[in-house]
Amino acid sequence: MILDLYNYWVVIALMMVGFYSVIVRGNLIKKLIGLNIFQTSVFIFYISVGKVDGGTAPILVDGVTLYSNPLPHVLILTAIVVGIATLALALALVVRIKDAYGTVEEEEIREIDEQ
Amino acid sequence: MVHLPVLQVVIPLMAAPALLLLNRPWQSWLLTCLVTITAFAISVSLLGTVYSTGTISYELGGWEPPWGIEYRIDLLSAYVLLIVSGVAALVAVASRQGLDADVATDKQPTLYVLYCLCLAGLLGIVATGDLFNVFVFLEISSLSTYALIAMGPHRRALWASYQYLVVGTIGATFLLIGIGFIYSLTGTLNMQDIAARLPLVDADRTVHTAFAFIVVGVCLKLALFPLHFWLPNAYTYAPSIVTAFLAATSTKVAVYLLIRLHYSIFGANFALDVLPLNLLFLILGLAGVFAASLVAVQQPNVKRLFAYSSIAQIGYMIVGLGLGTVIGLQATLLHLFNHALMKGALFLAIAGVVYRVGGSDLAHFAGLGRLMPWTMAAIVIGGLSLIGVPLTVGFISKWYLVLGAIEAGLWPVAGLVLIASVLALFYVWRIVEVAYFESPTALTESAREAPLGMLLATWVLVGANIYFGIDTELTRQTSELAAQHLMGGQP
Repeated sequence: MILDLYNYWVVIALMMVGFYSVIVRGNLIKKLIGLNIFQTSVFIFYISVGKVDGGTAPILVDGVTLYSNPLPHVLILTAIVVGIATLALALALVVRIKDAYGTVEEEEIREIDEQ
Repeated sequence: MVHLPVLQVVIPLMAAPALLLLNRPWQSWLLTCLVTITAFAISVSLLGTVYSTGTISYELGGWEPPWGIEYRIDLLSAYVLLIVSGVAALVAVASRQGLDADVATDKQPTLYVLYCLCLAGLLGIVATGDLFNVFVFLEISSLSTYALIAMGPHRRALWASYQYLVVGTIGATFLLIGIGFIYSLTGTLNMQDIAARLPLVDADRTVHTAFAFIVVGVCLKLALFPLHFWLPNAYTYAPSIVTAFLAATSTKVAVYLLIRLHYSIFGANFALDVLPLNLLFLILGLAGVFAASLVAVQQPNVKRLFAYSSIAQIGYMIVGLGLGTVIGLQATLLHLFNHALMKGALFLAIAGVVYRVGGSDLAHFAGLGRLMPWTMAAIVIGGLSLIGVPLTVGFISKWYLVLGAIEAGLWPVAGLVLIASVLALFYVWRIVEVAYFESPTALTESAREAPLGMLLATWVLVGANIYFGIDTELTRQTSELAAQHLMGGQP
C-alpha cells in the first residue's frame, strides 16, 4: 500500500538529503551538489505526477486510448534547463571565489572576510 | 495596440542578445536607455487602458486560455509595471557615469545585457497570468541578478552573490513544489482557472502544503525577516547602480507576487482557520521593522545601512498584509510604490557619492553637504521620506498603515509603527550629521557635484517623492481600487 507510492518516498528522501547538504556542508561545491539533488527531487516529483497508470507516451497510435500527461514532463524540461543554468552560474562563481580567496571552504572565507 | 502586454516583456528580452552582439559601452548604454524608456511608455499606456477599459487579457500565440499562456494586466499589475519600468529607465539613464566607479569599461556592455534580462524577468512576473510562467520569469530575473551582484568591485561581491544564489534557488524550488501540488490538484496553470477550481478541490491538506511552500518560497525572495540574511551583503557589494535598481524593483516584485498568489489564487481568507497567517505576518513584519532598524543605526557603511533599512521597510509592507483589511492592503500597495521611489533616489544619490569619493563608508560623506549640495539634498529628502515626514510619499503610506491598524482595532501596532519611524530618524541623522556638521577630510575634500546625468535621474526620483506626497490621486486611487478588487469587493 505504502510502497505503491514509492516514487514519492524517493522524492522525499532525495529532497531531505539535498536540503541537508546545502545547510550543513561547508564546502561550496558540496553545497551545490546538495542544491542540485534538492532540485532533482522536485523534477522526479513532477514526472511522477504526470504518469497515468497503464498510460503510454502521448503519441497517437492505433489501438491506444490511455496516455500519460505530457504537460508536467514538458514543464520539468524547462525546470531542468533552469537548474543547469543555475549550476553553471554557481560553479563559475565558485571558480572566481577560489581565485579571489584561495579557498572554497565557507569557514575560511568567513575568516578571511573578518580580517 | 493589442500586443502591448507582451511587448512590455519581449522588448527587454530581445534587447539582451542584441546588446551582447553590440558589445560597446556607449552604444549599449544608449540602447538600454531606449529599451527601458520604451518599456516605461508601454506601462503608462497599459495603465491608461486598464483604467478606461478594464483588465486586459492577452493570449500568447493566439491560444485561448486556460490552454494557452495568458498575460493578464489588471490594475495591480499595471501599477507595479509602472513603478518597476519607471525606476529601471531612470537608473539606466544614470548608469552611463555611475558604472565607471565600480565596473571596468570592457565589462559594462555585459552588465547592460544582464540589466535588460533582469528587467524582462521582473516585468514578466508581473504581466503573466500563468503560474509556471511566474517560475520561469522569476529564475530569469534571479539568475541575472546573481551575475549583476557578482560584478561588484570587491571580492566579497562574489561571496554575497553565491549566498544569494543558494537561498534564491531554494526559494524558487519551494515555489516550484507548490506549483506542482496545485497543478496536480487542479490540472491547470492559469491563475484565473486555478482560483475557480481550487475551492472545489477535496484535499485540504495538500492545498495547505502547497500554500505553505509558496509563501515561504516567495518570502525568501522578498527578504522577510528572518529570511533576510542574504540581502545586506548583496546590496552592499553589488555595483552601486545595480543596488539602486535591485533595491527599488526586485523585492517589490516579490511582494507583488506574494499578494498575487495569496489573494488572487488562494483568496483573502484562505487557511485562516488552520494557520494564523495574518498574525504571523504582523509579528514577523514588526520584528523585521525593529530588528533591521536597530541594526541599521549601527552600520558604518551607508549602502549597508540602507540595505537594512530596506528590510525594515519590507516589514511595513508585510504588516499591512497582516492587518487583513482593505486599508491594510492598500497601505502595502502604497508603500510598495513609495518605497521604490525612496530607495531609488537614495541609492542613486549614494552611487553619485561612490563615483566622486570612491566609497560609501560614513567617512566618505564627511563634509559633503557643502561639496555635493544637490546629491546630499537628495539623500536628505529621501531620508525624510523614509522617516515619513508630511509632504513626502513616506508620510502617505505610513498614514494609511496607521489608519488601517486603528481601523482594525490594533492600537499597539499603530503605536509600534510610529515608534519605528523614530528609529529611521536616527539612522538618517547619522548621515546628515557627518555630511553637514563635519568638515571635509583628506578623503573627501576634492569631491565635486555628481555628473549631470546621475543628478538628473536622482532628482526626478526625488521630485516624484515629493509630487506623489502631495498629489496622491494616482497612487491612492489605483491602490484603493486594486486592494478592493483583491479583497473580493467591487472592482
